[in-house]
Amino acid sequence: MAYTEESLKTELENQEYEYGFTIDIESDRAPNGLSEEIIRFISAKKDEPNWLLEYRLNAFNIWKKMEEPKWAHVKYKKPDFQDICYYAAPKPKKELASLDEVDPEILRTMERLGISVNEQKKLTGVAMDFVIDSVSVSNSFKEKLGELGIIFCSFGDAVKEHPELVKKYLGTVVPTADNFYATLNSAVFTDGSFCYIPKGVRCPMELSTYFRINEAGTGQFERTLLIADEGSYVSYLEGCTAPSRDENQLHAAVVELIALDDAEIKYSTVQNWYPGDKEGKGGVFNFVTKRGICEKNAKISWTQVETGSAVTWKYPSCILKGDNSIGEFYSVAVTNNNQQADTGTKMIHIGKNTKSTIISKGVSAGHSHNSYRGLVKIGKGASNARNFSQCDSLLMTDTSGAHTYPYIECENSTAQLEHEATTSKIGEDQLFYCKQRGISEEKAISLIVNGYAKEVLNKLPMEFAVEAQKLLEISLENSVG
Amino acid sequence: MSNTIIKIKNLSASIEGKEILKGVNLEVKAGEVHAIMGPNGSGKSTLSSVLAGRDEYEITGGSVEFLGKDLLEYDPEERAWLGLFLAFQYPVEIAGVSNMNFLKTALHEKSKYLNEDPISAKDFLKRVKEKAALVELDDKLKNRSVNEGFSGGEKKRNEIFQMAMLEPILAILDETDSGLDIDALKVVSNGVNTLKNKDNAIIVITHYQRLLDYITPDFVHVLADGKIVKTGDKNLALELEEKGYDWV
Repeated sequence: MAYTEESLKTELENQEYEYGFTIDIESDRAPNGLSEEIIRFISAKKDEPNWLLEYRLNAFNIWKKMEEPKWAHVKYKKPDFQDICYYAAPKPKKELASLDEVDPEILRTMERLGISVNEQKKLTGVAMDFVIDSVSVSNSFKEKLGELGIIFCSFGDAVKEHPELVKKYLGTVVPTADNFYATLNSAVFTDGSFCYIPKGVRCPMELSTYFRINEAGTGQFERTLLIADEGSYVSYLEGCTAPSRDENQLHAAVVELIALDDAEIKYSTVQNWYPGDKEGKGGVFNFVTKRGICEKNAKISWTQVETGSAVTWKYPSCILKGDNSIGEFYSVAVTNNNQQADTGTKMIHIGKNTKSTIISKGVSAGHSHNSYRGLVKIGKGASNARNFSQCDSLLMTDTSGAHTYPYIECENSTAQLEHEATTSKIGEDQLFYCKQRGISEEKAISLIVNGYAKEVLNKLPMEFAVEAQKLLEISLENSVG
Repeated sequence: MSNTIIKIKNLSASIEGKEILKGVNLEVKAGEVHAIMGPNGSGKSTLSSVLAGRDEYEITGGSVEFLGKDLLEYDPEERAWLGLFLAFQYPVEIAGVSNMNFLKTALHEKSKYLNEDPISAKDFLKRVKEKAALVELDDKLKNRSVNEGFSGGEKKRNEIFQMAMLEPILAILDETDSGLDIDALKVVSNGVNTLKNKDNAIIVITHYQRLLDYITPDFVHVLADGKIVKTGDKNLALELEEKGYDWV
């Protein structure tokens, strides 16, 4: 490789940094704070190629000039970006080869949710990747998938083993300068998952990533890149948990989906980051950018069950670029106590005959606020585009709030748009009826809420649907007032 | 006698400060069918709501003994587990929750409370089939969401179907006949009669006599202005039909 003057300069800078830096490079944790040095540290730690370091530094320079957006219907104390640790590897230093070596507490958490990993592996053939704090610790079924040419690995491995794919697609759906938190992620992301499905391959199993923030005071900035080549199909699951901590933790992920011609991606999330305690202390700030692009006849379907986080701020979106492409968004967002959620989707119709469906179900309990915010945009060339949106809100208490902000921008007169919305309060009559039949209040609430969210829960793969139902039950304990 | 199922003594209850029940006395024994009749606003529905444990009502006096226990001390779901069932005048719709799931949950919660083994899936389905036939409940309705989009008659049939599934010791039918055409009335009554046995009891609350043509009561009570003012046998109902409530 020929050195350009630029890269040589960077390399020299790198070296200087390596020696000049006061902390032990072998350390598992970067010092708190964000600076060019920290970014170089992360990049060096991950043994990254120069182009990726450049990508990060460019993002960091853009980010420094950006301001945190304020339009969301959420209130929170702005994170101190100099008081966050941007890289933390899990405590066990050796690379984990199997799930047996994963922290038993993590396994217990997952078992509480009804997902025994081992069992799942055996019974359902879910290939799982774990990202704990910043590092991906295990990935099962890699070989089996490899036979089909499917790549499913940690982002870090992908950079090393498939740099051409990463380089080609990284930042193509969510550009570096996209928004404050996405740009921050582009500068400091530490790991995440990478997936590539070759032409015409139907992925035979659910691919799954489990994210967890473990270390105190760390942020999690994972990056997920999923490419479905022409005519392929994949169903991808993402689960998230974090232990209870008093301080707020920041989670700012970026997920990019690329569905090439005739491909289909089904992306399901069950998000259960720590929501903070009853008084609203602690909890994860979940500021995530998720977006997918559909080429001709492609389809992307987002399904999310959001029960965790102190503040959730995310809009999984679809850019329907190709003719006849389809975008779907199914969401259940539950907020309790002092949680706040501002979530929804954007459907950007560019191609002809593009179709999108939005089903959003909000449930607000305690003193929480739950907002749906969505944009349906029909471009000039999107002839015969169609959208159907349905936004329902269910209030559990008099002190909770539900808000809906549906935006529609239409530049093509042949488009058809439908929007339906309802707001209801959980009925005393319904609860009494259930109780009279011998169903306790908690079970009754869970039945009623699950019934209300059924349309969305039905879209989840079986093993996740069970987990999601339990989560709804747990997060709504003692919630009627 | 130990075969008393429920004993209501001097029960008074009010809602928002307004007294509705003003000292109700009633004793129901195993194997009996009691009818409570009365004009609108006499307190019939209040009585059933209070017995089932609706918390809008304040108990201002008296006591209710159910199978030797102080019923008023129990939560509504506990009362159900002990064997009390109320067929609602206006059954509630629960979107997205199938009838089957609803009943299975109810039965499981009950067996958990009673420390019994939960009913097996096979026995459950068998019971569903058997009991649905009893009230000629359409197969499709079993898997539909609870009461959602059911006609008035279908809702009432569903109430009796649930009663059959839950096998209560005391069933209170609150104006189950209202809104039923004559055919549905026959079907519902037939279901109730089949479920009646020497160990359980039924309280039928109704405004009109016609239901009592099909479900024959052992006792008929007239409730007026929050009190039982007259008690007799089935002939009392006929007399009431003829002379109207002003007569009592």
